[in-house]
Amino acid sequence: MTTTTSTPSRWERLRDSFLWYSFKRDRTAQLCLAVFICMVIAAFASPLLAPTDPYDLRQIDILDSELPPFWIDGADERYALGTDAQGRDLWSIVLYGTRVSLLIGFGAVMLQALLGVTFGLMAGYLGGRVDAFLMRLADIQLSFSTLMVAIVVGAVVKATMGSAFYSQYAVLMLILIIGLAEWPQYARTVRASVLAEKNKEYVDAARVMGLRSKRIMFRHVLPNTLSPIFVISTVQIANAIISEAALSFLGLGMPETHPSLGSLIKAGFDYIQSGSWWITLIPGAVLVVLVLSINLLGDWLRDVMNPRLYKG
Amino acid sequence: MALLEVSQLDVRFALRQGEVRALRGVNFTLERGERLGIVGESGAGKSVAAFSLLNLIAKPGFIAGGSIKFEGKALNTMSERGLRKVRGNRISMIFQDPMMTLNPVLSIGEQMVECLKAHRRISTKAARAIALDKLRQVQIPSPEKRLDQYPHELSGGMRQRIIIAIALLLDPDIIIADEPTTALDVTIQAEIMALLLELCEQHNVGLILITHDLGVVSQVTQRMLVMYAGRVIEEGPTREIINDPQHPYTQGLINALPQMATPGEKLNQIRGSMPSLSNLPSGCAFHPRCDFINRTNGQPRPACTEQVPEFVTSGNCRVACHMVAELIEDRRLKEETS
Amino acid sequence: MIAFLIKRLMHAILVMFVISVLAFAIQDNLGDPVQQMVGQSVPESERAALRDRLGLNDPFLVQYARFAKNAVQGDFGYSYFYREPALEVIARHLPATLELVFAATLIIVLLSVPIGVYSAIKPRSPFSRFFMGASIIGISIPVFLTAIVLIQIFSIGMTVTLFPEGTAWGAWLNSALSTQGNMPSFGRGYDLVHVMGHWDTNLATWDGLKHLVLPAVSLASIMLPLFIRLIRAEMMEVLQSEYVKYARAKGISMRRVYFVHALKNTMLPVITVGGVQIGTMVAYTILTETVFQWPGMGLMFLDAINRADIPLIVTYLMIVGVIFVVTNTIVDLIYGFVNPTVKLTGKPA
Repeated sequence: MTTTTSTPSRWERLRDSFLWYSFKRDRTAQLCLAVFICMVIAAFASPLLAPTDPYDLRQIDILDSELPPFWIDGADERYALGTDAQGRDLWSIVLYGTRVSLLIGFGAVMLQALLGVTFGLMAGYLGGRVDAFLMRLADIQLSFSTLMVAIVVGAVVKATMGSAFYSQYAVLMLILIIGLAEWPQYARTVRASVLAEKNKEYVDAARVMGLRSKRIMFRHVLPNTLSPIFVISTVQIANAIISEAALSFLGLGMPETHPSLGSLIKAGFDYIQSGSWWITLIPGAVLVVLVLSINLLGDWLRDVMNPRLYKG
Repeated sequence: MALLEVSQLDVRFALRQGEVRALRGVNFTLERGERLGIVGESGAGKSVAAFSLLNLIAKPGFIAGGSIKFEGKALNTMSERGLRKVRGNRISMIFQDPMMTLNPVLSIGEQMVECLKAHRRISTKAARAIALDKLRQVQIPSPEKRLDQYPHELSGGMRQRIIIAIALLLDPDIIIADEPTTALDVTIQAEIMALLLELCEQHNVGLILITHDLGVVSQVTQRMLVMYAGRVIEEGPTREIINDPQHPYTQGLINALPQMATPGEKLNQIRGSMPSLSNLPSGCAFHPRCDFINRTNGQPRPACTEQVPEFVTSGNCRVACHMVAELIEDRRLKEETS
Repeated sequence: MIAFLIKRLMHAILVMFVISVLAFAIQDNLGDPVQQMVGQSVPESERAALRDRLGLNDPFLVQYARFAKNAVQGDFGYSYFYREPALEVIARHLPATLELVFAATLIIVLLSVPIGVYSAIKPRSPFSRFFMGASIIGISIPVFLTAIVLIQIFSIGMTVTLFPEGTAWGAWLNSALSTQGNMPSFGRGYDLVHVMGHWDTNLATWDGLKHLVLPAVSLASIMLPLFIRLIRAEMMEVLQSEYVKYARAKGISMRRVYFVHALKNTMLPVITVGGVQIGTMVAYTILTETVFQWPGMGLMFLDAINRADIPLIVTYLMIVGVIFVVTNTIVDLIYGFVNPTVKLTGKPA
C-alpha cells in the first residue's frame, strides 16, 4: 500500500520542486546536460553521422595516413579532422570510439550499481557478520585502489584467456572488470543511507505489519536511498569512462581495430613525436569534454540534492 | 555614562528569500558590576543580541543600524583590530555547549595561554601560572593536571568550569553568558550558576546572562529584559518583573513555570508558538497569542493589530503593550478626577 | 600504543593474507614453471616427474603454505624474463618509483594546502573561483592525457600561429603561447648519483631533476584537484564550528584562528583520505611511467604483463600490498599523533 503511493510522489517531488527549479537557474548545468546529450546521441548515431565506416578495412587507404585537420596546411577536404596513422578518418573513428567508451561506461556502472546496491543493502540491513565481511572486503579492495584492481584483473584475464580471445570480447571484459573493481563505492553509500533509514519509523511500522525483510529492503528502504545512488552514479560513469581509457591506454582494453577513446589516444601517442599531435589530442579532447560535462552535472546534482554521501 | 549602552540595535540576516530582521530597535544599558538577564523563548533574538555586542554574528547576518557603546566607544563601527582588543579581554563570552566550544585538538593549557598572549606581552610560564590560578578559582579538582589535558578527557561540567576560567583570565569588565547551563546535566546546572554568580560578585564583573530559565534569572540578576520576536517588550528590576509582570507575554512565561501549576493539573502554557521572523504578525507581534484580546469578545483590538506598541513606564519597569498603556492611562485619569 | 599496533598488525596480516591467496591463485593457474624450465622437446613423462618433484601435484593448501613460507623469507621465485630472483628485479626498479611518488606527493602537499585553505577562507574571491573551476577540469583529465599534453607543450614544443602574425599583438600572442619544448620526457637521464644499493637518485643533479619534473607533475595532477577540493570542503565546515567562533570571541588573531584552530582540525580527515590516495597513486605510476618510459616498478609491471612473466607479476602485487599496508599504518600513526582523541600513547585518560 505505502509503496505505491510513496514512490511516485517522491519522484514527482524531485521533478516538480527544487531539482527542476535549480536546473532552470543554473546555466552550467544546462550547458553540460546539452553537451552530454549531444555527445550520447552523436555517439550512438555514429553509423549515420560518420562519413566512413572505420571498421571496414576496404574503406581505408594507408596512403591517406597522418593527414592533419582542416585548419592546418596540407589538410585533405575529405577528412575534416584529419586521419590517423592507419589512414582512418578521425571524425568517424572518434564517433565510433565515443560510442564504445559510453557503452562500457554505462555498462560498467550498471554492473557496479547492481553489485554495490545488493551488497550495500545486505550489509546495512542484515548487519552483523554479513556487514563485517562485506565492508572489510570493500575496505581491502578500496585500499588497493580501484584502478589497480582493474589493471590486475585485466592482466590476469588477458593472460588466462589469451590476447585474441580478450580482444574479441573486450567490451564485455571491460564492463566486467570495471564493474567488479568499483562496487565498493556503491556498497558504502547504500549501506550508509540504509543505516540512516533503518531506524526510522516507517521501517519499524513495516516490520510490525509483518512484512518480510526482503520486501522491506527493496520496497521500503531502497527507494529512500535513491538520491545518493543517483548522485554517485554520475561520478561513477565519469570514473568508469576514465578507467576504461586508462586500461585501453595500457593495452588491456579495446584493440586498435575496434578502438575506444582510450585506445585512440594510445595509438596516437606513438606519433606525437613525429608532429602528428591531432591523432592523440583530438580523441583526448573529446574524452575530456565528455568526462567534464558529466562531472559538472554530478557536482551540480550533489549541491542540489545534498544527500548523505559516504565521506572518505 | 553606563559601561555598556546599546541603542536602537537593528540586526538583519540577508537570506536568499530576502532580508530577515532578527533584532528591531533593541535598547539597554549595563552599569559596572551589574548583572542583567535577557529572557525569551528560542528564536526571540537573545543569542543574536549577545553575539552582535562583540560583532560576532556569522555571515548572512549583519548589524543594520543602532549603536553599541562600550565606555563611550562604538563597538559596531570599530575596526576588527580594535574589536579584537576588546574581545576576550574587556568583554568575554561563555558559550552554550561546552562540548562544542573548546577546540578538540588543542590542550586546555594551550587554549588558555593563547588567550592571555593575544592581549598581553607575557611569557608562556607566567601565562600558565595565571591560567592555573583561574582554574583554582573555578574549583576544578586537581587543576595542575588539567592544563595538559584535552577537552575530550573532561566532563561537560568540568569543561564549562574551564570556559568560565577562560572568561575570567584577563579580569574583564563584562561577561556575556549565552545559556551557560542549558547543555549541562540538571544536577550540575545549579552548581555552575552559583559559581558564576559568586565569581562575578567577587571580581565586580558585569554579567549579561542570556537564558530562557526565569528561575535562574531571578536568582542571579538584578535587572532583566524580556524579548519577543526581535524586540524588547519589558524591562526593569528583576524582582519587580518576577513578582508583578505587566506584559501578557511575561505573565504567560511566569504562569508557565512548573512551580506555578497546581499538582495534578496541566501546566499553563502560552497558546501557539513564536512566529517566524520572516513572517511577523502586524502591529504587536504577540497579539495572535495574547489573552487580553480574547476577553474582549474574541475580537482583537485594532490598536494591537495595527500599531507597534510604544514603551510605557510602570513603576520601575518599562513595558511595550497597548493594554498596559490603556490601564495606566485609565488609572491616571481616575486619579485626576478624584 | 601496543594495543593499537597489535590491531594494526592483525589488519595488515589479514590484508596480506588476502593478497597472497590471490597472488598464489594467479601463479597456480597461470604460471607453469615446468614449461619455463625445460624446452618443448622434453617428453611429457619427464615433465610429469619434474612436476611431482617440484610439488606441483600437491593439494592447493600445501602448495599455498609452501608459497607463503618462501614469500615470508623473501623468496618469490625467478623472473622468467630477467632470469634472476623476482625480488631482486623489483628492488632495482623500486627507487625510481619511490622518487617519483615522493616528488609528486611534495607537489601535492605544497600546493593543495595553501590553495585549499585560501579558497575556504575567501570562497568568493576570483582566485578561489579559478581554482575550483580548474580543479574540476583537472579531475576530468586522465593522468596519461595530462602527461601527453605536457610532453607536447614542454618537450616537443608548440608553434602557435592562430593569431594574425602581421599585427603586433598577434605576433606577441603567438610567440607568448609558443613553447620551446626542451624538457626531457624520456626515462631518468644519465646524470644519476649513486646513493646506496640499488638506489641511484634523480634528486641530486640539475639534469636528474629536469627529468623528474614532467612525470612528477603528471602524477600529481590527478590527486591535486581532489586534495584541493577536500581541504576546502573540510576547512569550510570547520570554520562554521562553535570552537572557531569561540576562538574569535577570545580575541585571538584571525591568522591563529585559521592556521592553529581550523587547520589542525581540517587536516584530520585529509590525513585519512591521503593514506588511501597514496595507494591509488601507486596504481597511477603504472600509467605515468608508461608514458614517460620511467624505469620504475610500474613500467616493469606492465612489461611483465605483456611478457606473461608470472613470478614478477605476483611479486609486484605482494610488494605493492606491503607498500599499502605500511603507508596505511604510518598514516594511522600520524593521525593518532595529530588527533588527541585517539589514544595511541596508552596514557590513562
